[in-house]
Amino acid sequence: MSNTIATSSKGTYREGSTSDSGAGILIDRVTKRYPGQKAPAVDGITLEIPAGKTVMFVGPSGCGKTTTLKMINRLIEPSEGRIILGDDDVTDIDGDELRRRIGYVVQSGGLFPHMSVAKNIGLVPKMLGWDKQRISARVDELLELVSLDPATYRDRYPKELSGGQQQRVGVARALAADPPVLLMDEPFGAVDPITRQRLQDELIHIQSELHKTIVCVTHDFDEAVKLGDWIVVFSERAEIVQYDTPERILAEPANEFVEGFIGSCAGLKQLTLSRVGDVGLLEGITARPGDPVREVIPRMERAGEHRVVVLDGRDRPIQWLSRRQLSRINVLDGVTDPKLPVVGNRATLNDALDTMLVCGEGAALVTGPRDKFLGVIDVETVMRAITAIRQQVARSVPADTPVGINTGSVPTTASGARL
Amino acid sequence: MLNFIADRWEQVLFSSWQHFSLVVQCVVLASVIAVVLAALVYRNGALASVANAVSAVGLTIPSFALIGILIVPFGFGVVPAVIVITFFAALPVLRNAVVGLSGVNPALVESARGVGMGRMKTLLRIELPLAWPVILAGVRVSAQMVMGVAAIAAFALGPGLGGFIFSGLARLGGANSLSSVVTGVVAVIILALILDLGFIGLGRLTISRGIRV
Repeated sequence: MSNTIATSSKGTYREGSTSDSGAGILIDRVTKRYPGQKAPAVDGITLEIPAGKTVMFVGPSGCGKTTTLKMINRLIEPSEGRIILGDDDVTDIDGDELRRRIGYVVQSGGLFPHMSVAKNIGLVPKMLGWDKQRISARVDELLELVSLDPATYRDRYPKELSGGQQQRVGVARALAADPPVLLMDEPFGAVDPITRQRLQDELIHIQSELHKTIVCVTHDFDEAVKLGDWIVVFSERAEIVQYDTPERILAEPANEFVEGFIGSCAGLKQLTLSRVGDVGLLEGITARPGDPVREVIPRMERAGEHRVVVLDGRDRPIQWLSRRQLSRINVLDGVTDPKLPVVGNRATLNDALDTMLVCGEGAALVTGPRDKFLGVIDVETVMRAITAIRQQVARSVPADTPVGINTGSVPTTASGARL
Repeated sequence: MLNFIADRWEQVLFSSWQHFSLVVQCVVLASVIAVVLAALVYRNGALASVANAVSAVGLTIPSFALIGILIVPFGFGVVPAVIVITFFAALPVLRNAVVGLSGVNPALVESARGVGMGRMKTLLRIELPLAWPVILAGVRVSAQMVMGVAAIAAFALGPGLGGFIFSGLARLGGANSLSSVVTGVVAVIILALILDLGFIGLGRLTISRGIRV
């Protein structure tokens, strides 16, 4: 068994894995018992988390998924078993030292209200003894990464930020010292659905740049499907019911428990598997603030378009104007429309439909990393994609399935048994 | 009355300064003791209740009686006065520090541990700064309170404005007796106001803009 784990954790999971900055994690026969409780909270779990991948922990509340997560950075000390990070056994090293090497994100960011955004983000680098200039440069770099303008937000206090912005700063703080591993405990639980969707899109973009090893606890199965390369479905006492890719869990739930967790409309859940960027986008006509309207309109007419996307200096969409709106102005201005229907290119078709419905539009603007405009997706495209997906649900078993078992659990419920 | 003050201006100033200095030093000492005590007990529910009970019951002890008792072992002078004032000053701070520290959001404490802060660092960098507005409010209350208590230091022949009050009361009806009492009382009130202004300034300087209401 240990041989299988050793060979399969050498980063063979990602094509072009050379840029991976993540480290694999091995939770080796770990048990957590609390004094005065008969049954252990986590019972002999063995779980392999591949380097550079996002692994989602899902399960009902009280199933031990958060306990398992917190045992990785030893916020909760395991009663038995080993935790191996990369090639190091970290079970017995100093816990504080270990936690500085692991990013940790909690619900609503867990920002310290008495510290400015820059202080919050610079906390870990400061403890690691970086000099001031390096910390300050790093803070600006990270704020850029999470799409917050450093000049505006660096000196603000958490109470001066919206929930979504706080969460972004929380992610930036966790990434500050460039840790190989990021642990997230229900990170997007406290924000509204639209903000949550944007934050998820951004996390996907950040992950596509950084390739961290991310372990994320959620109770939202859609979120797990959207963000995860792999999903672990837990039941009581952190028993692993299924550890597989989102596609396979949706197509072949291991048992009734997983089926129940996925929900009744598993067919339509496939919608959450297709990404906006994977279906054909329409190009759209773009313009810049300051462009005169009389030049824009002929371009629209030539392309047969009804609307024009106004982009700012960094190619981020700020307005989406119809012919009628254009007829009222002479020159495009640089004001940002807060109600713009925007989805990330790694957002799911589900999100795209949601955004269109919420904003009352028949189409949405698609953005890539750092909110750069990529194109337009309309409702017809989504509909065609749905039809296509429903026609091809059969999928093959992916190679290199990582190991996840509980000692003494029934073999049929553990996907590791297939290895 | 004005003549009384004008004749003893130097003495009034000197006593006021001594009174002020006695109170400030005792409050600082008391605050340090109280915050350290609070930091030791606030995690333990039972100990925290004991601390709260002590601070509630302690305030009911008559200060006059306490200083009288303390003269026996410590004799007359500064020592019993300092002990009594520090004791009374510590009580409101202790109570507020326990309340403030236990009121810190546990999620933030866990967040601090999660980014790799040790126990001590979490206490100094996160918990105390967040509890600081509550603690400072306690210090302010205690400073106001012991301004009055410090007057009885004169009973133990200690320093301060108590001398004016006691000597005036001792020969009530005699020449200038009332002026003496009034001078002492008014000076104590003025000192209390000055000190309170100082605390407002201190709050401005030491409470982070992020948690100011």
